[in-house]
Amino acid sequence: MKKTAPREAIKELSMLKQKEMIASNYEKLTSAPQTGARVVSTYVPGNLNELIMCFDMLNNLPEINAIQNGMRKKSGGMILEAEKRGHSEDVCTYVKSDIGYMAKGAIAPNGKPLPSPDLLLLSYTGCFTFMKWFELLRDEYGCETVMLQVPYEGDGKVSKNMRDYVVKQLKQEVIPALERVSGVKFDIDRLRENLARSAKAEDDFVWIMQSAKNTPSPIDAYFGGVYYIGPIFTAFRGTEDAIDYYKLLRGEIEQRIALGKGPITPEGDLGEEKYRLVVEGPPNWTSFRDFWKMFYDEGAVVVASTYTKVGGVYDYDGFRHDPSRPLESLAEYCLGCYTNRNLPERVKMIETYMDEYNADGFLTNSIKSCNSFSAGQLLMMREIEKRTGKPAAFVESDLVDPRYFSASNIKNRLESYFQMIDQKRRAGGSTRAA
Amino acid sequence: MQMRGSLPSSPNAAPYGNTGKIMSDKKFDTTEVIFEYCRELFEDIDFTAAREWKDKKAERKVVGYMPVYVPREIIHAGGMMALGVLGGGENMEVIHGDAYYQSYICRIPRSTIELSITGRLDFVDAMLFPSICDVIRNLSGMWKLMKPETYVRYFDVPQNYRDDLGGVYYVNELKELRSGLEEMGGVRITDEALRRSIAVYNENRQLVNAVYDFRARTPWKAPSPEVYLLMRAGMVLPVEEHSELMRAYLAAAEAQERPMRDNCRIVLQGSFCEQPPLNLVKSIEMAGCYIVDDDFMLVTRWLLDDVPLAGDPLENLSAAFLHHSVETAAKYEPVAAEKGKFLINMVRSRAAEGVIFAAPSFCDPALLDRPMLANAIDKENIPNIAFKYAENSGQMQPIREQAGAFADSIKLWSGI
Ligand code: SF4
Ligand code: SF4
Repeated sequence: MKKTAPREAIKELSMLKQKEMIASNYEKLTSAPQTGARVVSTYVPGNLNELIMCFDMLNNLPEINAIQNGMRKKSGGMILEAEKRGHSEDVCTYVKSDIGYMAKGAIAPNGKPLPSPDLLLLSYTGCFTFMKWFELLRDEYGCETVMLQVPYEGDGKVSKNMRDYVVKQLKQEVIPALERVSGVKFDIDRLRENLARSAKAEDDFVWIMQSAKNTPSPIDAYFGGVYYIGPIFTAFRGTEDAIDYYKLLRGEIEQRIALGKGPITPEGDLGEEKYRLVVEGPPNWTSFRDFWKMFYDEGAVVVASTYTKVGGVYDYDGFRHDPSRPLESLAEYCLGCYTNRNLPERVKMIETYMDEYNADGFLTNSIKSCNSFSAGQLLMMREIEKRTGKPAAFVESDLVDPRYFSASNIKNRLESYFQMIDQKRRAGGSTRAA
Repeated sequence: MQMRGSLPSSPNAAPYGNTGKIMSDKKFDTTEVIFEYCRELFEDIDFTAAREWKDKKAERKVVGYMPVYVPREIIHAGGMMALGVLGGGENMEVIHGDAYYQSYICRIPRSTIELSITGRLDFVDAMLFPSICDVIRNLSGMWKLMKPETYVRYFDVPQNYRDDLGGVYYVNELKELRSGLEEMGGVRITDEALRRSIAVYNENRQLVNAVYDFRARTPWKAPSPEVYLLMRAGMVLPVEEHSELMRAYLAAAEAQERPMRDNCRIVLQGSFCEQPPLNLVKSIEMAGCYIVDDDFMLVTRWLLDDVPLAGDPLENLSAAFLHHSVETAAKYEPVAAEKGKFLINMVRSRAAEGVIFAAPSFCDPALLDRPMLANAIDKENIPNIAFKYAENSGQMQPIREQAGAFADSIKLWSGI
């Protein structure tokens, strides 16, 4: 494939900014025993960062640790460690990677040990496994635990009963627990300020993700997208840092659009955009770069992905955190995360993306670990094919278990898939992007 | 719901006729006859008994439900039949279902899809998918996509057990379920009808418990394959008929002399969703383990006490769920120290000597829970082993060997 830029990693300012943010957060976390800062462990989907910040607490996300360990190729050993301790080979590898991580001393990327959390805050959003994972963590840490159950959108909508239930739990369970552990009194005005900052960052975030409607797309909304969601999905939603990051990134993307450039890849700017795809499912982390390369080598760009909605859906139905309805909007945020929506809604969302982003095809990366995403994906794929007339493909891998990433199988599958899109184009079934 | 005032009350307040078998043509006076009948029902993946029940009156509706728990009282109070859909079992060939699921997903959803695609569930008017795991949760959405004409409900339950939080949420969910069924069935489900149905299920539960107690007392008189199929019959028969059948079984089993074997006593844990093949249950017993308690088909024993008849029936169902229901993997345990207590108490109260963890392959809830339960019972020095199965597992030799070795080790240690 031809590339216009030199084959070396380009670090844009936004990337450096995010790196700094992450590093300083790990520094804060690992120095908590010295500074006396209180730490709360919680999950990405449905995390209550704005609320946690009201209590001056730090936010430690087990999935992010699992991803970090996956990308640094350490998760395989951690999973084996957990299996040695009696955890089944069949269950979610995030959980096992986390358990193995703790067993090996929970060393953060800065080389220092992460402290034990002072509070486990279980936001039970979009995945049943979280609940069990939390019970396992509680066994390990023995610290105070509080649960926020977020009902599933079984009928594809949020009912008053669901919203009220979440708000009441926030008021009567979660906030009192945060007050107790932190010693800080809850101040709703502080929450409003945090939410206002979230909404600001969310506006830019949505603009960035929607920039992929351009042809060529200036971003890759899956492989690049996982970096773009970093701040908004984790410990930075509601901070000035997040606002600055997205402003910076937006500026960079505006420039790319002006110059007619495609996405940045690890080997420089993508050359010709040949295929525009919508992707369903999380990526594989242990071979993330190899997986990505299989796409950019072929000129394939992901223009929309469902994984980038797992920690909050901001584009599809315009949700924003709302300072005028603080607890209600936190509840709606939790309820609306992607895997908390039922399958017909997920299909509708993908169909909309296929249409609005002028995609050539739909690809599912089905993750062995994750029943929440994966159960039903084959039917979803057929529905999308039926509704859009665009070709679809299915590959399988895992999140952080290197045993389930077969590079040759996936590569073969992708190559024949791209040929299929070409054929379909020749037959007039799909217009060529660009 | 707007329609409530205008709908007729459920046509038959004590809604069930029966399929005609128990109370008329057959004499269910020996365990052999009862077992044979239960086996017929078990092997009948066309659900003939439920179809016959439905065919008797034009207005009758059948409501399917999957594991692990739904309040069947509400279905019954609408004059409808609750039908347990537990997959296609060991004899069903799955042809289409595999095109819907990846290899790393358990078997129950694929064989359930197969039941649907092959038309075997076409007579079912509604399907309820309880909150047990993400597979069944997502299956509810698949059903909505594939069967738009069917009333489909994901049945959510509270994981917060405070009356003013989880309780309020749950009562509202129960109201929604009631309204949905009313609309689907064109009936009104009154509080009076609900109370009657609660009484019917209280009685059914008492009988289920009586069978379990009887087996625990004299396991040689109530072999587990018989008890297992007797409970499976409860999934596909009208509840009154199932109660009759259990009564008949208790009388017949009590009267029959059978040899007592030198088996050890074990509790089986982890089989609350995808059900094991009959051969697995047989193999465990043949290997020298009497199953003195288990978590098969938990819906029959989910609530631990009678649900009170006085007062608001939905509030009563809710209170029973929140405060008097089993501990199982599908539920959150809010108090760390309580994790595993339910199992330990079960082992103690049944005088069991060990636990066999038997979970379906790829079953996240059971397999994630297992290490925590195993830890808890290890601390109490309760011996345990674990294996996995699928509803169509054919090879029983390894399981027999494992269970046999387990039984031997228990006997060896108890003799010292
Ligand atoms: S099952 Fe999926 S959503 Fe749940 S914890 Fe694992 S990876 Fe996350
Ligand atoms: S067997 Fe386990 S994983 Fe499969 S549907 Fe049932 S509870 Fe879910």
